[in-house]
Parts: sequence; C-alpha cells; structure tokens
Amino acid sequence: MADFFFNTTLGVILLIVGQILLVVVPLLVALAFLMYADRKIWASVQLRRGPNVVGVYGLLQSFADFGKYIVKEIVVPAGADRAVFFLAPMISLVMALVAWAVIPFNDGWVLSNINVAILYVFAVSSLEVYGVIMGGWASNSKYPFLGSLRSAAQMISYEVSLGLIIIGIILSTGSMNFSNIVYAQDGNFGLLNWYWLPHFPMLILFFISSLAETNRPPFDLPEAESELVAGYQVEYSSTPFLLFMIGELVAVVLMCALISLMFFGGWLSPIPGLPDGIFWMIAKMGLVFFCFSMVKAITPRYRYDQLMRLGWKVFLPFSLAWVVFVAFAAKFEWFWGVYARWGMGG
Amino acid sequence: MSVFAFYLFAICVIAGGLFTVVSRNPVHSVLWLILSFLSAAGLFVLLGAEFIAMLLIIVYVGAVAVLFLFVVMMLDVDFAELKAEMARYLPLALLIGLVILMQFVMAFGVWEFNAGAEALRAQVPADGVTNTAALGLILYDDYFLLFQLAGLILLVAMIGAIVLTLRHRTDVKRQDVIAQMMRDPAKAMELKDVKPGQGL
Repeated sequence: MADFFFNTTLGVILLIVGQILLVVVPLLVALAFLMYADRKIWASVQLRRGPNVVGVYGLLQSFADFGKYIVKEIVVPAGADRAVFFLAPMISLVMALVAWAVIPFNDGWVLSNINVAILYVFAVSSLEVYGVIMGGWASNSKYPFLGSLRSAAQMISYEVSLGLIIIGIILSTGSMNFSNIVYAQDGNFGLLNWYWLPHFPMLILFFISSLAETNRPPFDLPEAESELVAGYQVEYSSTPFLLFMIGELVAVVLMCALISLMFFGGWLSPIPGLPDGIFWMIAKMGLVFFCFSMVKAITPRYRYDQLMRLGWKVFLPFSLAWVVFVAFAAKFEWFWGVYARWGMGG
Repeated sequence: MSVFAFYLFAICVIAGGLFTVVSRNPVHSVLWLILSFLSAAGLFVLLGAEFIAMLLIIVYVGAVAVLFLFVVMMLDVDFAELKAEMARYLPLALLIGLVILMQFVMAFGVWEFNAGAEALRAQVPADGVTNTAALGLILYDDYFLLFQLAGLILLVAMIGAIVLTLRHRTDVKRQDVIAQMMRDPAKAMELKDVKPGQGL
C-alpha cells in the first residue's frame, strides 16, 4: 500500500490530491463558522443579536447563505466581457487557496516545504489583485471600475510595506521557510521567545497593512457602500459573488495564519512545559481573527487620500528604517542577540 | 511528471505570447502576457531556480503588469485606427523580428556547450546553502559595489521622474494633515457614556 502511494505516478497524484483536500475542506468548513463568528462579534459590539435563526444559536447561518447563493440566478451585465467576468472570481478564490500550500499547521504538517515559502505567499497575494481588477473592468460599469482601481492601488501600496516587514523577520531567522521561522522562535521562555516582542512595532504595522491588503474595514474603500455601492462586486450575483466573498475571507484567514507563524510562534506552546501542537496554531489564528472582527466593528472607514498617505508616507519609511535597524541588531547581536536567531532556525 | 509540466508551461508561454500579439482587446493582451510571465516562472521552478521564479512573479506580474493593465484600461484607444496602423507597420515589424531571429540563430549556432556544464547545472549547492542564500552571498560579498551602483542608478532615475512630473500648484486648496491631527476633540465632538447592555 505504501509502495503504491510513494512510487507510482498515479499513487503520488492521489496522495497529493488527498493532502490538498485535507487542507482545503477543513479550511472551508471552518470558514463557514468564522463568517458566523465575524457577524456575531460585529453584532455584539453593536448590541444586536446577530444571526440566531438557522440552527442552534444560528450556527448554521453560513450554510443557509451558501444554499441561497448557489440557487440564485447568475446575471451577466450587457456589454460585459463574459470570459474575464467569470474568470475574475475564480482567480480570486484560487489565488487565496493556493497560498495555503506552504503554511505549516504543526511540526512537519505542511503540503510543500519549500525554501522560498514567504516569497511564494507574497507572490500569490500579489496575484490576488488581478481578481479584483478583472472583475471591475469586465463588469463594464462605472462603480465596479472605480472600485477595482482603488483596490488595485491600495493592495499594491500596502504590499510594499508588507514586504519590508517580512524582510525584518527573514533577517532575524536567516531563512524564508515558515517552519524555520517557527523553530527560530522556540526557546526556554515560552511566549517571551516569540518575535512579537523584538519585532513589536512591526507586528502592529503588519496587522494594519494586512487589513488594507485584504480590503477589510477600516480600509474597505474598494467596496465602500456609501460611495461605490459594493465596488468591484456590484454586478456579481449568485455563485460568482460567493466565490469573491469566500476568496476574500480565505485571504483574511491566511493573514491570521501568517501573523501567528511570524510573530506568535505558530504551533509552539506559550508556556514552557505544555506540549506544542496544532491546537495552539488554531487558537492563535482564532485570536488574530477576533482582532480582525473587532477592528471591523469599532473603526470608521478611512478616506482614500488618508489611506494612501498612511501607506506611503508613514508605513514605508518606518518599516524601511526598521529593516536597517534589524540588520544592524542581527549582525552585531545587540540586545543579547534576540534579533539573530540563525543558529536556532538552521 | 516534470516533462509533462515542462511542456505545459512551455506551451503556455508560447500561447500567451502569441495571443498577446493577436488578441483584439488590449486588456486581453495584458492578461495573456501575465499568463506568459506565470508560465515562465513555472519553467524557472522546474530548473530549480525557485528564488528567481518568485521574483519574476512579484516584480513583473505583481507590479509591472498591474501598471500595464492600469494604463491600458484608462486609455481610450481607438481600435480601428490601431488596426490600420498595424497594417502599415507590419512589414517593418516582420523585418525587425526576422533580424532578431537571425541573430539568435547565429549566436546559438556557434554556441559550444562545455561537456561538464550539464552536470554542473544539475549539481545541488553545498550543504545547507539554499539558492537564495547563495545568490545573496555572491551579490552582497563579491559584487557589493556594483550592487550599490545599480541602486544609485535607480535612485537617479526615480529622482528624475519625480522632478519631471512634480508641479506645485499654489491655487489649489490642500489637506494640511498636521492641522487636522492637531484638532481638539473637545471642540469637535461630544462624548456620551453608554452603559453596557443599553443603547443610546
């Protein structure tokens, strides 16, 4: 049996497909409940009840929504570019999903353990912008087009600061592999060993940049209801809209996973002595997702020029200066060498 | 398996390039160009140059092609006129293409492969040194000054572009961010203390 799966072409392909399903299916199921949690948190902050009709405490609300979306009619606007119109939501979802190939959930639990994992995630997230641009352009309508232009400019701007923040982490670890980044955060002091402490300013910058990168409030200008109806999604209905929505949420959860891996030690236990494991990873992702939901609930929307100013004039210089600082701190082992963990990462 | 992947990517590169040229809609052209870039990145991965593949995607697909797409979508291009232009310039374009093709043929015709080159290419770098680390060591240790020089050239180009395009109009009302930040909240808004479990 093992021989079939490891040595024949068909077996290897079946094995890979199985592994992919093992990541994607739990992810999508978890997504349904995360969407529910998102709405519940939002509702609690606003003193509402939130979804509470379908299932116990409304737990099955997302599945009801799913059923509703797929049985609705798909409307294609007149003058739309049909091929690009339908390609856009697919790209949006697929690009959000393929990034999970390099995310380790536990020691060794990773689909593809490649050397350039961070760059891969970065490359894939830079492709996500195409779903938005293509959707807005192919709709052949003004609001989607304006929304997609905004979104593209926003995502590119914040990718720059995300990239610089990531460089700080890479400099500290000496590797672009996520597993090595987590190993480098291992130590005798539990959560005090993780990168959030030495890289604390970058944690805040990364969190805010990832809000902008995934078009979450307060940076949801591409779909600002009061100005653009729903931005690039205006003309989409039914399943294509669902694909956009799932893609967006998968990207958010991916950012949660990235923050957990890079700043909060992934699957490592926060208290020395307790066993490490996948439950820590899931708990950390859940915590970061809670922060995302709270930000959505409590912050007002930014103005577009403020957003651009924040990205280019505040985040970019600051993260650039931080890269220089980390480079010196790692090279000369300042602060007892907390910035230089090459020996531990391997 | 990798042979299959190679042919898939190779066909995608060629098809992408072809459709970039022949497709009627310029936006479609850019999208085909992106497919071409992506497939080229796939070929790099097959060659074992994963770092270059990722950089190709990040730089060309993530930044350059987005700018292309912006420009093409924003410009109001008259396609009929464009087609007429194309018929006029076709012989010249074909001539240039032919010259480049001949140059390639002449260059690669006399190309001699070292017998050991193939073995060297397939060789794995020394233990524990990844592609990225090897590139970094060469770039920042051996060619440090040249690297700095390249950066300086880019800096000069950037300053030049800014100087050429910067216009400071005095008749426009501008946002003064500092003044906005320095506003006193006490004068601008009223705070209400909301008890938990109770609305306004």
